Amino acid sequence: MSAITRDEVAHLARLSRLALSDEELDHFAAQLDVIIGAVARVAEVAADDIPPTSHALPLANVYRPDEARPGLTPERALSGAPAVEDDRFRVPRILGEEA
Amino acid sequence: MPYDEALERFEPVLGLETHIELGTASKMFCGCPTAFGAPPNTQVCPVCLALPGSLPVANATAIESTIRIGLALNCSIAEWCRFARKNYFYPDMPKNYQISQYDEPLCFDGYLDVEVNGEIVRVEIERVHLEEDTGKSTHVGGSTGRIHGADYSIVDYNRAGIPLVEIVTKPIAGTDRLAPEVARAYATELREVMRALGVSDVRMEEGSMRCDVNVSLMPRGSSEWGTRTETKNVNSLRSVERAVRSEIERQAGILAEGGRIIQETRHFHEDTGTTTSGRSKEEAQDYRYFPEPDLVPIAPDRAWVTELKAALPELPRVKRKRLQQEWGVSDLDMEAMHNADAIDLVEATVSAGAPPADARKWWMGELARRANEAGVPLSALAITPDQIARVCAMVAGGALNDKLARQVLEGVLNGEGSPDEVVAARGLQIVNDEGELSAIIDQVLADNADAADKVRNGKIAAVGALVGGVMKASRGKADAGRARELILDKLGVSE
Repeated sequence: MSAITRDEVAHLARLSRLALSDEELDHFAAQLDVIIGAVARVAEVAADDIPPTSHALPLANVYRPDEARPGLTPERALSGAPAVEDDRFRVPRILGEEA
Repeated sequence: MPYDEALERFEPVLGLETHIELGTASKMFCGCPTAFGAPPNTQVCPVCLALPGSLPVANATAIESTIRIGLALNCSIAEWCRFARKNYFYPDMPKNYQISQYDEPLCFDGYLDVEVNGEIVRVEIERVHLEEDTGKSTHVGGSTGRIHGADYSIVDYNRAGIPLVEIVTKPIAGTDRLAPEVARAYATELREVMRALGVSDVRMEEGSMRCDVNVSLMPRGSSEWGTRTETKNVNSLRSVERAVRSEIERQAGILAEGGRIIQETRHFHEDTGTTTSGRSKEEAQDYRYFPEPDLVPIAPDRAWVTELKAALPELPRVKRKRLQQEWGVSDLDMEAMHNADAIDLVEATVSAGAPPADARKWWMGELARRANEAGVPLSALAITPDQIARVCAMVAGGALNDKLARQVLEGVLNGEGSPDEVVAARGLQIVNDEGELSAIIDQVLADNADAADKVRNGKIAAVGALVGGVMKASRGKADAGRARELILDKLGVSE
């Protein structure tokens, strides 16, 4: 049984706003299935005495003091933007009429 | 469906999600400043713009403020918790995700007691967690300026990354027809707790406090909760109350006709007091939360948490009880002051030396009237508690009467200077000079011979018109009681 279904891939594609053709869905669903299978092998290795790990560093409570310091100028901040209007990042339509 | 009918058939269940922007000097995960209203994209850096290679580091003060909020709301503080990535495709965050907390909130299981019509309602708190605010989108094109139908959007990331605390209540059932008032009282009390803690300026109109209102209905006699909606864009305390009421009416109408409530986000409209449909909510699983790999866990030291708890300020409800006793005012008067946001102002006026009754009289009377006329909160009036206390002292010392005092307040509000300067510039001192007063009375008696004769002939009630004449001739500056005595004296009448 596959770890991820074609429908789930289609759903993920929609959440990521990726337009995938039927052929691409078939193609990627198969590939993702292999990738998930590879990652799942880690779970086979982990014994009960190994706690789930979300971080490589054995650290907690790393903070910085609340001090403001200047960041980028608007020119620099916007220099990599594909489109700019009124010193703001211009982005394509977010939702359609009926979204 | 009208509210009363809706309440006869259904019972509302509320839930409130409140976002508080913390008043830190820098953002949550970078050193960018956080000033409100700065020119677009002037408070951004590689971290909050999510440029490759940048790494977030948590703001120590934001962590501390969140724990203090949790403690003030009687929450347990997590011994160990993590940030989580909330993934979503929306350009208000340049990262394509928001750093938030998911199944491990920093604070959980608390409560806030609020007062509605003199009764205490305990609102249980599910969780208090820390996240980052999003950027501000402006939608261009289309007819409404809203996201639907817009041609494109432009985004300012100054707000992206400002620390944001989310406070979520447990479902609030059993409020019955008081649901709108409970929602408002909760938001009001929460705002005051934040002010007392000094963690945020909690300005709803500027968005540093935002309330999302969840409402569902269940038929009377049923114990199964209905489908809820979440109403956003509720920008004032009054709107919180109106939004709950409007959603109850709308949902009751649909359910009564056999319809079904759709779980969705709705938008409140200030002008009509009603809600319209927004985007349907993505399911939690669609956000694909996972522990944030760029940040290490938070494990607050227990001794530190105990210290923070011991150092909490007196909380607003406790303080109100204390002040009410000290001032000797009724529940009703106290609630009126609370609703008018006058308690801190009255307290400061009393601290500046005014008797509580006088301080309350001016703030809740003349000043409330003027604030109302100007459409601003009391605190926005251009007059300070110290100045009110000075006016009270002048009245108590006999230099002013109430009528003159009102003119002094008007002068101060007009920017004419301090109370003493206004008194001097406008010549508002009470006429204490007996010679001057006597001359005015003689003139009034001469001008009103008929009334004077009546009084002489024993019709003492007619003296009122003469005193009125003296007050008019002195432009309100005479001491009315003394004028009356002198008039009767001059007319050879005794009471």
